[in-house]
Amino acid sequence: MNKQLFLGDEAIAQAAIDAGLSGVYSYPGTPSTEITEYIQNAVKKEHIPFLHAVWCSNEKTAVETALGMSYAGKRTLSCMKHVGLNVAADAFMNIAMTGINGGMIIVTADDPSMHSSQSEQDNRIYGNFAMIPVFEPSNQQEAYDMVYEGYDLSEKLGYPILLRITTRMAHSRAGIVTRDRKPQNPIRLEKEAKSKYILLPANARNRFKRLIEAQSAFLEASERSKYNWFSPPNPSEGGASSVEDVGRAVVPVAPPSGGHGRERGIVACGIAFNYLQENFPNGFENPVLKISQYPLPKKQLLQLVEACDEILVLEDGFPVVEEQLKGYLGTGLKVHGRLDGTLQRDGELTPDKVRKALGLEVVSPYNVPEIITARPPALCAGCGHRDVYEALNEVIKEYNAAKVFSDIGCYTLGALPPWQTIDSCVDMGASVTMARGAADAGIFPSVAVIGDSTFTHSGMTGLLDCVNANANVLIIISDNETTGMTGGQESAATGRIHDICKGIGVHPDHLHAIVPLRKNHEELKALIRKEIEYQGVSVIVPCRECIQTHARKVRKNK
Amino acid sequence: MKTDIILAGVGGQGILSIAAVIGEAALEDGLYMKQSEVHGMSQRGGDVQSHLRISDRPVASDLIPLGCADIIISLEPMEALRYLPYLKKDGWIVANSNPFENIPHYPDREKMMAEYDKLPHTIVLDVEQMAKDLGALRSSNVILLGAASPYLPIDFFKLENGIRNIFGRKGEAVVEMNLEALRAGAGKA
Repeated sequence: MNKQLFLGDEAIAQAAIDAGLSGVYSYPGTPSTEITEYIQNAVKKEHIPFLHAVWCSNEKTAVETALGMSYAGKRTLSCMKHVGLNVAADAFMNIAMTGINGGMIIVTADDPSMHSSQSEQDNRIYGNFAMIPVFEPSNQQEAYDMVYEGYDLSEKLGYPILLRITTRMAHSRAGIVTRDRKPQNPIRLEKEAKSKYILLPANARNRFKRLIEAQSAFLEASERSKYNWFSPPNPSEGGASSVEDVGRAVVPVAPPSGGHGRERGIVACGIAFNYLQENFPNGFENPVLKISQYPLPKKQLLQLVEACDEILVLEDGFPVVEEQLKGYLGTGLKVHGRLDGTLQRDGELTPDKVRKALGLEVVSPYNVPEIITARPPALCAGCGHRDVYEALNEVIKEYNAAKVFSDIGCYTLGALPPWQTIDSCVDMGASVTMARGAADAGIFPSVAVIGDSTFTHSGMTGLLDCVNANANVLIIISDNETTGMTGGQESAATGRIHDICKGIGVHPDHLHAIVPLRKNHEELKALIRKEIEYQGVSVIVPCRECIQTHARKVRKNK
Repeated sequence: MKTDIILAGVGGQGILSIAAVIGEAALEDGLYMKQSEVHGMSQRGGDVQSHLRISDRPVASDLIPLGCADIIISLEPMEALRYLPYLKKDGWIVANSNPFENIPHYPDREKMMAEYDKLPHTIVLDVEQMAKDLGALRSSNVILLGAASPYLPIDFFKLENGIRNIFGRKGEAVVEMNLEALRAGAGKA
């Protein structure tokens, strides 16, 4: 079979296309961005008809749009980083109530160790919260197969599936075997659609009962899943314990039955299974239950618990499974993992952390020499955000107590030297709203710095709040005409930021456009000073294209 | 046979292109591989690394365990040393000698080279000068790959095919320039 080299993200994208996808709706966010980008490129390159691959204003609009596509009977995908699901949570939770028509997969790309994020929340918890099935692939081939077959399962169950990956899975390549492309679904409406999608209390109560009833089907799917299986300690007993077996249609083999070396059972979830396997290249010495589909397969877990005195849980992210097995009081089953210190509570799992948890020695002959220093990321040379921070720094020096609330994007790097301008970066849009709250509290000057894409994602509503209250804030929308941090995806309102602010009600006298260049430095400073002094809402939009996207265009046009 | 490779450098230096060339060549050879890389925020002038694992048996972990890397290939001399805990005792370092100084407290050069002297197997090359001499300014990464080629589990001509596959869409001139760079690097090793 021919293998192609795919990132985990790309494997998911290719699988969705091959499963007959009709629409992917997403908002960029590391490490999920490459899924939607891949589908966009495939649509262009292969001229796939009727496949919509678009960036939306935010994750909530993306998931809702996907629901509309599913309502019509077609297969749909929505991808986001873990914190993006917080934004989409209203839609997400209620889609578990409505259920779906055309197959729907929502991808959450979690970021343990926070390589490019402000938290390491584990969104398997969202799966439990919404009470829907969750897939967690352990390798790229499994990611492909899960998506390819997941659409059938989603349609069979009538509910969306949450696919949870982590940064390592998203951004690691492996050879993948792909399968035949299926045709897209035709429009196919449901007879009882109104009672399903109109979540008036009378309908919603019924839908919730349906969701509760559906749990047994979800559990059965997990217990029969080819992604959840036992491996006995000795491969000669016929278990699946080589990497090659992973993703093959391995029916769970006979559960462990006690005896030598079986006092500790291991539960390995998703990518943690790889790290476990790395430490046992010649087969496991303990009974192992690999879990890649939730809800937790109760039958297999009971069998494991019966055969073992204690359980070690290996999972990347939060101790979700560990907590479930242990129970809140922890008085029953002996469970080891992140909660009892067998593994570090925070941070990404590694083969070395797993090795230590197994009681094996880690041998590393060389240390990092003391002279090595950190090399944090920085704003690119020539970036417009630099000009904004230089001007802003010079002006706010004139005030004693200025606070600059910033946001999520490249300009967050204004926290680092040489600028050290900003005082906060919390969540998408929080610059505008925090600035208003601080201004209400008496902070002066209270300034917000937000990018164009973040502004249209979640800053516009906050600006409306400011306008309605005539808050004493200066909002700087540092517009680079792209979604820069994630690699330059289109921004929702390029060229229209000024008009949007006007429409929201910012007074035209206090709404300014300027090009952030060295030659306009004094002019920008004067504008900032003037608008800090104005008692009310002012908006300055320094606008100059991201130098990365600009350079790419120049290269392309050569 | 299993070879674990750490690729290191600073965002934008082209380590992911080297990874792609080796990866293509390994796959063509029917070998198993996993390659984990860094995207997103870290690419903005920060340190970047990629774990590349090639084997004739399936590869389990996407990450190389500590003390297991056979070779560290680095486009920047300090960045190679950052990943020393991954290197096995008799492993190799193949590194560019030119510091990329975009940080305030870059280590003293002599002290840094003294760290290299403590290690058993190192090749430190001025690949940027070599690229200038070749008239292939943007191919210093490929020169370094050439220098590392004797320590990779892949036939040289398959790396050449990898270059053709990866750079093919950029035109024949770019392919030829990179092939020349690869050979120049291999000649120095």
